[in-house]
Order: sequence, then structure tokens, then C-alpha cells
Amino acid sequence: MSIWDFLLQFGGRLTSGTLYTVAQFLLASVVAIVFALLSGLGKLSRNRAIRWASIIYIEIFRGTSLLVQLYWIYFVLPLFGLTLPKFVAGFLSVGLNIGSYGAELVRGAIQSVPRGQWEAAYALSMSPAKRMIRVILPQAFVIMLPPWGNLLIELLKGTALVALISVTDLMFEAKQINGSTFLSVQAFGSALVIYYILARFLITPFMRWCERAMARKLSRT
Amino acid sequence: MSFQWKWEFTWAILPRLMWATVNTLLASGIGYAIAMVLGLVFALLLRTGWKPLTLPLREAIEFIRSTPLVLQIFFVFYVGPQFGVRLSPWVSGMIAIGLHYSCYLSEVYRAGIEAVPRGQWEAARALNMSTRDTYMRIVIPQALPPSIAGMGNYLVGIFKDTPMLSVIGVAELMQTANAIGSETYRFLEPYTLVGVIFLLLSLPTAAFMRQFEAWVRRKLGM
Repeated sequence: MSIWDFLLQFGGRLTSGTLYTVAQFLLASVVAIVFALLSGLGKLSRNRAIRWASIIYIEIFRGTSLLVQLYWIYFVLPLFGLTLPKFVAGFLSVGLNIGSYGAELVRGAIQSVPRGQWEAAYALSMSPAKRMIRVILPQAFVIMLPPWGNLLIELLKGTALVALISVTDLMFEAKQINGSTFLSVQAFGSALVIYYILARFLITPFMRWCERAMARKLSRT
Repeated sequence: MSFQWKWEFTWAILPRLMWATVNTLLASGIGYAIAMVLGLVFALLLRTGWKPLTLPLREAIEFIRSTPLVLQIFFVFYVGPQFGVRLSPWVSGMIAIGLHYSCYLSEVYRAGIEAVPRGQWEAARALNMSTRDTYMRIVIPQALPPSIAGMGNYLVGIFKDTPMLSVIGVAELMQTANAIGSETYRFLEPYTLVGVIFLLLSLPTAAFMRQFEAWVRRKLGM
């Protein structure tokens, strides 16, 4: 079967799988960014309880595998009475996992904002919250955007694992098509190419655009 | 009640999980060895600067880096039989993981080599050193310490990615936990134990790599 016949026949399924992957990616990104910010800031907090909660979250999710976390959240949490639909369990575990890596980026970026900026905000008698939001975080964003680009590609790759709890994403469709036709090169090959296109021609250019926009915005003010 | 933790059951399955841990460590070790060698080959090939070679190689590395490992594992495992080559789960898993991480490691090596100041290359040239001597005695000793952090990260990374081998049936930790779960209908203990084992192994490794980096820096007088 030529690749064109293959795409003609299975294009619809691959497209629907891609849409699921994109949805998983977007939702997991939101979870990851929120948790990265919260725990990255939490790790720098003076409150001991907040600091330890952040450290425990970061170490647990960085220290174990995404697949283990995914299975745990999907198969073990229901035993404690918390049953999540597979779609939710999927993006939640990917987001929590990547968020723990993002937390270190947030912490590192905040700490690398020059001391003078902190002192200046203090001298202007800004409240800690205002200092963080108006002075430190905007500059930290510029520092951490490039590594976040890499992390979001890791996140995209992570979403492929949700196929293992039967979320019908791109990976899942490729596996199904392979199972019914044994056209492995075509099935897995086209899925690989689609992931590559998403990473290289959508996520990377978007992050570059964000970097430029942020740099412009900061230099103007 | 299904959510009650059963200690007898835990002790009963622990030896089996320990054996699976050996497999997991073996898979990480072999995968990492392949990745280290192949990554060095890629990094050196990229340094030749011969465009017909470097452009496709760079793009291939980019491709492998930005697509999911689990899909690559499936690809390697299933594509062989389509052309009459049968690879065992272990062999295809090691190829996939080794290749995937070699692309990351080649970047680590490249960054390390590029971080060596130009003056060092020029000084080696001025002293009429051969290319081999320049690399072995001047460049690599200086490129090593900044690379260790990245290499350590990927060692832990490879270790945490081995559960993906369970999808093609390599009997590592995850696969064993799945098997225990489907035999006994108890998922709480096996999955939790796998998580604990991963934590107990990856946290000390990360700490050890930090110590190791400091030690190498001291040894090389940096």
C-alpha cells in the first residue's frame, strides 16, 4: 500500500488522534504552568509548610517516571475514592510531571533576577506581592522562556503516554492502525512525522515569537 | 476494602519487584552506554562541518529529540518484522532508548566542547599539537566538567524512561507491576512500590552526580 492510499484511508483517524493530542497538550500545559509557578514560588517561600509542600511535590514528580505517575493516578487513585476519567487523568499526570521540572526553571529564573532589582523595589516600599508581580516575575519570564520551549516539547512527547490508558490520541490511533493492518512503517511513521511537525513548526516558532514579544515589551517600558 | 494496604502482600511481591529492578538497572545501563558512544560519534561528525553530512544529521537529531520515545520504541519493534527482521523486545528497546538519548548526549558534548575558549585551540595549534593530542589533552579535559551535570541528568532520565519498555514486554519494573496487578487484581501495592523504588534510586543518583561533578572539577584543578 502506498503512503498516499494509506493516508487517504486512515487520514481521518490520524486527524482525530492529532486533535486529541493537541487538546491533551494544551490542557497539560496549563496544569504544568500553574503548578510550576506555584511550587517554584513556594520553594522560595519563607513559610516552612509551603516550602516543604513544594519540595515534596517537586521531588516526587521528578524522582519517578511519568508512566508510573500516570498509572498511579489512573489505577490507584480510584481505590481512594477519586475516580478520574481517562482523559482528565491523562493531561493531569502529564501536567503535574512537567510542572515539577518547570518549578526548577521558575525558581532558577527568579533567583537570577539581579539583586539590585529586589533592592530597588524594596526601596520604593513596594509590598512583597507587588514587587513579585510587577518587578521580578516579568524579568524572570524573559529568562525562563527559552528553557520552557524545550520543556513544552517534552510535554508534547509526554502526552503520547496517555495512549496507554486508552485516551484516543495520535499514539493510540497509530497503535490501533498498526494492530489491524500491520503496516507499521506507515502507521508509526506518519504519527512520528505529525509529532515532529507539531513540535518543530508549531511549538518552537510560537515560543520564539513569545520570546521576541516579551523582549520587546520589556525594553519599551 | 480494596484501598487497605496489605503488608503480607507487599512482602510477597517485593522479591519479584527486586528482580525486576535489576532488569530496569540493566536496561538503563546498556541504554546509557549505547547513548554515550553514539552521542560522541554524532557530536564529532557534526564538528567536521561538512554540510552534506551535518545538515541531514542535525535534522535527524532534531527529529528524534522532538518525537515521543514510546512511539520510537514501537516503531523499532514493529518495523523489523515488516521487512522480515525479528528483533527481540530487549534488542529493539535498547536500540530505541540508546538512539533517543544519544541525540541528547551529542548536544551535551557539543556544548561542552564549544565552551572551551578559542585561545585553548589556538595555543594547542601554536604548540604544534596533533588533532588527537589537542582533543585528548587540551579540549576534552576542559569540556568534561561542564558536561557532567547534563550527562547525569540524562542518566537519571534514561532510568526514568525505562518503564516505557513495558509496552513491548520487556520484564522491567513497570511490566512486572502490571503483571502482578492483573494476576492478583491489586494495583495499590505494586504501583506504589514501583514509585518508591524509583524515588529511592533516582534521588541518590542525582545527589551522587552533583558530588561527582565537584570531585572531577577538583581533580582537574578547576
